Amino acid sequence: MENEKLSLPNYSIPEDIQNVVAVTTLDRLYNWGRRSSVWPLMFGLACCAIEMIAAQTARYDMARFGMEVMRPTPRQADMMLVSGTVTKKMLPSIIRLYNQMPEPKYVVAMGACASSGGPFKEGYNVVAGIDKFLPVDVYIPGCPPTPQALIAGLIKLQEKIDKQSIKHVTWYNKEKKDGNYVPMPILGPDLIDVRRNAEIRDVAAVKESA
Amino acid sequence: MVAPASTSTIDLVAKFPDSVTADTRPGYTGFIVNKAKLVEVATAIRDEFGYDLLTAVTGVDYLAENKMEVVYHAFKTTGGAGLTFKVQVERIDPIEVPSLIDIWPGVDFQEREAWDLYGIKFTGHPDLRRILMWEGFEGHPLRKDWKEPFFEEEAKPFKSRWPDGKHTFAENKNPFRDNLNFPANFDPEKYEVTGEEDLYLSLEKDSLKDVDGNMKTEHIVVNMGPHHPSTHGVLRVAVQLDGETIIGLKPVMGYLHRNHDKIGERNTYLQNIPYTDRLDYFNSMSNNFGYVTTVEKLMKIPVAERAEYIRVIMAELSRIQNHLIFIGMLMNDLGTMYTPSLYAFEERELVLDIFEAVSGARMMCNYFRFGGVVRDIPDFAMQKIKDLVFDRLPAKTDEMERFLNENEILVARLKGIHVLNAEDAIKYSVTGPVLRAAGVPYDLRRADPYSIYDRFDFDVAVRQNGDMMDNYLIRFDEIRQSLRILEQAIKQIPQGPINSQKAAYQVRVPAGEAYGRIESPKGELGFYVVSNGKPNPYRYHVRPASFVNLTAVESMCRGTKIADFVALLAMLDIVMGELDR
Amino acid sequence: MYGKGILKGLSVTWKRFWDTYTEDISWMLRGKKRYNTVEGVAHRSSKDTKGIFTVQYPEEQLIVPEEFRYVPFLVFDEGADGKKEVRCTSCGICAKVCPPQCIWIVRTNDPATGRPVPVPTDFFVDMDICMNCGFCAEYCPFDAIKMDHDINIASYQRNIYNLEKLMKPASYYAGIRPENYTREEEARKAKEAAKAAKAEAGAAAAA
Ligand code: SF4
Ligand code: SF4
Ligand code: SF4
Repeated sequence: MENEKLSLPNYSIPEDIQNVVAVTTLDRLYNWGRRSSVWPLMFGLACCAIEMIAAQTARYDMARFGMEVMRPTPRQADMMLVSGTVTKKMLPSIIRLYNQMPEPKYVVAMGACASSGGPFKEGYNVVAGIDKFLPVDVYIPGCPPTPQALIAGLIKLQEKIDKQSIKHVTWYNKEKKDGNYVPMPILGPDLIDVRRNAEIRDVAAVKESA
Repeated sequence: MVAPASTSTIDLVAKFPDSVTADTRPGYTGFIVNKAKLVEVATAIRDEFGYDLLTAVTGVDYLAENKMEVVYHAFKTTGGAGLTFKVQVERIDPIEVPSLIDIWPGVDFQEREAWDLYGIKFTGHPDLRRILMWEGFEGHPLRKDWKEPFFEEEAKPFKSRWPDGKHTFAENKNPFRDNLNFPANFDPEKYEVTGEEDLYLSLEKDSLKDVDGNMKTEHIVVNMGPHHPSTHGVLRVAVQLDGETIIGLKPVMGYLHRNHDKIGERNTYLQNIPYTDRLDYFNSMSNNFGYVTTVEKLMKIPVAERAEYIRVIMAELSRIQNHLIFIGMLMNDLGTMYTPSLYAFEERELVLDIFEAVSGARMMCNYFRFGGVVRDIPDFAMQKIKDLVFDRLPAKTDEMERFLNENEILVARLKGIHVLNAEDAIKYSVTGPVLRAAGVPYDLRRADPYSIYDRFDFDVAVRQNGDMMDNYLIRFDEIRQSLRILEQAIKQIPQGPINSQKAAYQVRVPAGEAYGRIESPKGELGFYVVSNGKPNPYRYHVRPASFVNLTAVESMCRGTKIADFVALLAMLDIVMGELDR
Repeated sequence: MYGKGILKGLSVTWKRFWDTYTEDISWMLRGKKRYNTVEGVAHRSSKDTKGIFTVQYPEEQLIVPEEFRYVPFLVFDEGADGKKEVRCTSCGICAKVCPPQCIWIVRTNDPATGRPVPVPTDFFVDMDICMNCGFCAEYCPFDAIKMDHDINIASYQRNIYNLEKLMKPASYYAGIRPENYTREEEARKAKEAAKAAKAEAGAAAAA
C-alpha cells in the first residue's frame, strides 16, 4: 500500500516479486520516513489549540499520519504547530522552543492569528504573524481551522517534505548549521527584535525630530 | 423579557451624607464614593449591608471630563440585586485610589489589572505589579489617549476599506513597519532589561516560613510554564518549594493577552459578538449570552420568546460539554493519559455538531444577536438535540461515572485534598462550581435569574466538603441539572419569531452603563459596558470567571504538595482566552 | 476489595473496544459498508455511534451541515456566453460590518460621469485576518458574498484573495447551500414579480 508512494514507477520489476521488492531512491525513502513520523511539539497557544487537540482525538485521529506523538520537549519534536495568537509576551518562549528543536524542523501556522495576527492583529500585545520571526512552512487559514482543515494543511506539509532532497537540505551542510537560529527578542518598552536594532534606533530618532 | 436591572435598593447616601452621592448621570446607577472615605464605606457595605461578594473592579477613563473612575460591583451570596459604587479621581498622574484588598481579598488581580491597563495606583496593595503586560512596557494601554501601534481610527468601520479600499498591510502604515511603538530616541542597544526581580521578591515575601520547623532545607524556585503541558494553556506559575511542599507561588499571566477590551472599544456593538466567542473558547455560546444580555439591558429591548429558549438550550449544552472536558482534562492532569478525555471529546464532538448545524461553526458560534438569535434551529438539528438530551448524554454521563468514580487511584488522589472552604471562597470572590462545592448554593441562574431561568425546575448543585472529590463530583451534578433544564426547555419551546428586532448591522444603544452577568460553566461571567450613544461602546470590560477565580490559587496551594498542585489548578477550570483576554 | 473500582472502569473500556468489532460484524451481516460510505459516516456521527468513532479524513469526510462556514467567497451568475456577472454591487456593507476589517473594496466609477457603478473594480479579503464570523454573508443585501465549505485551502504563502480568487459560480453556491439558495431565489423571484406587477399597474394607470 505504501509501496505506491515508495517505489519509482519507471523501474520495471518482474511481476512475481512486485509484492516484495520496491525500487526507490534514497530521497524517497528518506522523505517517506520523515513525512510519516512528524512529531509535533505539544504546545498550544489559544483557541486554535483546542481544535488541534480535537484533531488528536478519536474522531480525527492524527495518529493515522504518524503525528500522534506530541512531545512536550522541543528536543524531540519535528514540527511546531503554532496554534493560536502569538503575543509579544509569549514570543521569547516560542523562539526559545524553536531554537531548541533539532533540524529538520518545520513550522505550521495554524489559524489566522498565527499567520498574521488574525482578528487580534490590531492589538498592542499581538505579534502580527509568527512569520516575522520563524520561517513558516504552511499557512492554514481559518479561525479556528476545523480539525479536518488542519489535517488538510498537514498533508500539505507532507507534500512539501516529499519534495525535499537529501542533497540540498541545509541541515547536513556544515556551513549553514546554524542557519535557522533565531536570536531571542527582548521585552522592552515594546518588543525588541534584536536583528533590527539599528533600524529601530534610526526610526526612533527620526520620531523625535518630527 | 428584560431581566430586572441589578440596582441597589439600599440608601447609602443616608448613611454617609458627606461622602457618598448617588450617581445621577443619565443611564447610570449606583453611588459615587469620596476617595478619602472609600475604605470606611466599603467596610460598611460588606459588614452592615451584607454585600460579601465583590465580583468586579475596573477602571473607566473619562478623558473629556478629565476623570478616572474605578467601578466596583458588589453582590450578596444569598442572591439578589447588586450594588455598584464608584470612585472618581482627577486624571493627573499619579492617580491614586485606596486598595480594598483588606476588605475583599478577591480584588487582588483586578486591581493589578487596573494598574496595568489604566495606571491607577491602589495604595495599600501589597503587590502592585503589572499583571497582563510585562514590567517595563511603555504606557497604560487602555487609557483613551494611548494609541496602539496599528492605530487607524478611533472606531470601526475604518474609512480606508471602502469605497477605495486597496489592500494594504497594517505594517505599512507604521514607521517601524511592524506592530511596534518605541518612545522617541529609544536606543535598543542601551536598553537594560529589568528582569523579574519584582516577581521573585514578592514570591519570597509571601512564602510560608519554615514548614517543618527545625529541618533546614534549601528552598528552590520552579517556573512552571508558560509552555507546560498541564497549565491549561500559556499560564506560568512561579513556585517556591521546600522539598516537595509548595511554600509560595505566584501566577504570571498575560501570555495570551489579546487586548480584548481595547479592540472591543473600537468595535461596534455587533462586531463584539464574534470577539466574545474567543474569550472562553470552550463556551462561545455562554459568552455570547452574557454579552448580548448586557447590551440588551442597555438597549432596553425584549428578546423573542422562542429565542430565549434556544439560548438556554445552547448555553446548557455548552455547559455539559465543558464539564465533560473538564473531567477529561483533570484525568490528564492526574496522569491518566488520554482515555477519559478521549471519551469526553467524543461527546463534545456530538454537541459541536449541533452547534455547527445551527450556527455554522463548531467553536466560534457567533450565534446570538441583540433581541434573539441569528437563525432558527433546523429540524434535523432539533432532532439531534433531542437524541442527545433524552438518550445519549444521560447514558454517557452514567458511563463516565461508572468508569471513573470508584477508581481507587482517583479516589486516593482526590478525596480529602482540600481546595477551598466557603469563607475563603467568598473572600477571594470565587464563583462557579468551586464555590458551590464549598457549600455555598450560589448560582446566578437562581440567585439573580436572567433570561428565562426562573421558569425551569432545577436544583442548584451543592456539595459540602470543598475537597477535590467534591469539586469533581459537582461537575456531574451540574451536568444532570443541565439535562433537566434541557428536557424542560425542549418540551416547552414555543414556535414563533427568533428575533424581536429587525436585522441591522448598526444598533442604537442609548447612553448609560450596564453590568450584566451570567452563570458561565466556569463561574460568573460579567460584562461591563458603558455607552455614550455612539455606535461603539465607550468602555467594554469583561469580568472573566477564570481570572478572578485564580486569585484564590495562592492561598489554596500553599502548603500542599507539588504533585497536587496541577490537579488543584485544574479544579479552577481556567481557560486562558478568558483569563488573559 | 481494593482494585474493584479499577476493574469496573476497565470493563467500560473493554466494552468500548468490543463495540467496534460487534458493530463491524453487524454491519457486515446486514450487508452494508461501514467505512468509506456516507451512511457509515452519518452513523458514526449519530447518537447511536459505538466503538470506532474515527472519520478517516481525507478518505472519508464529515457530513457538513448546510450552515457550515469557513471563509467567504463572492457569488457570480453565469451570464450569456460564459460571462461572469458578479453579484456584488460594491455597496460596502460587508466591509463596514466585518469585525476585524479584513475586507477591502475598490468601487468602480464611471469614467465619463464619475458616478459609482455597481460593480467592484477589485475586492480583497485577507484570509489570514478573517475570523470566519459570517457577518459579511449575513448582512449582504444582494446575496453576493457567501461562506464557503471548502476547507482544503492551506498554502505555502500568506493568503490574500482578490476578486479573481474570490469568485465562485452560483451553481457552486446552490450545491453547497441548497436550502438557502432556493429560499433566496424564491424571494428574488417574488420581488421581481411584484416589481413587474407594479410597473404594469403603473403603465396601466398612465395609459
Ligand atoms: S485564529 Fe481564531 S481561533 Fe485561532 S487562535 Fe486566533 S482567534 Fe483563536
Ligand atoms: S458583497 Fe454584498 S455587502 Fe459586500 S459590497 Fe458586495 S453587495 Fe455590498
Ligand atoms: S467572515 Fe467575518 S471576518 Fe471574515 S470577511 Fe466576513 S465579516 Fe470579515
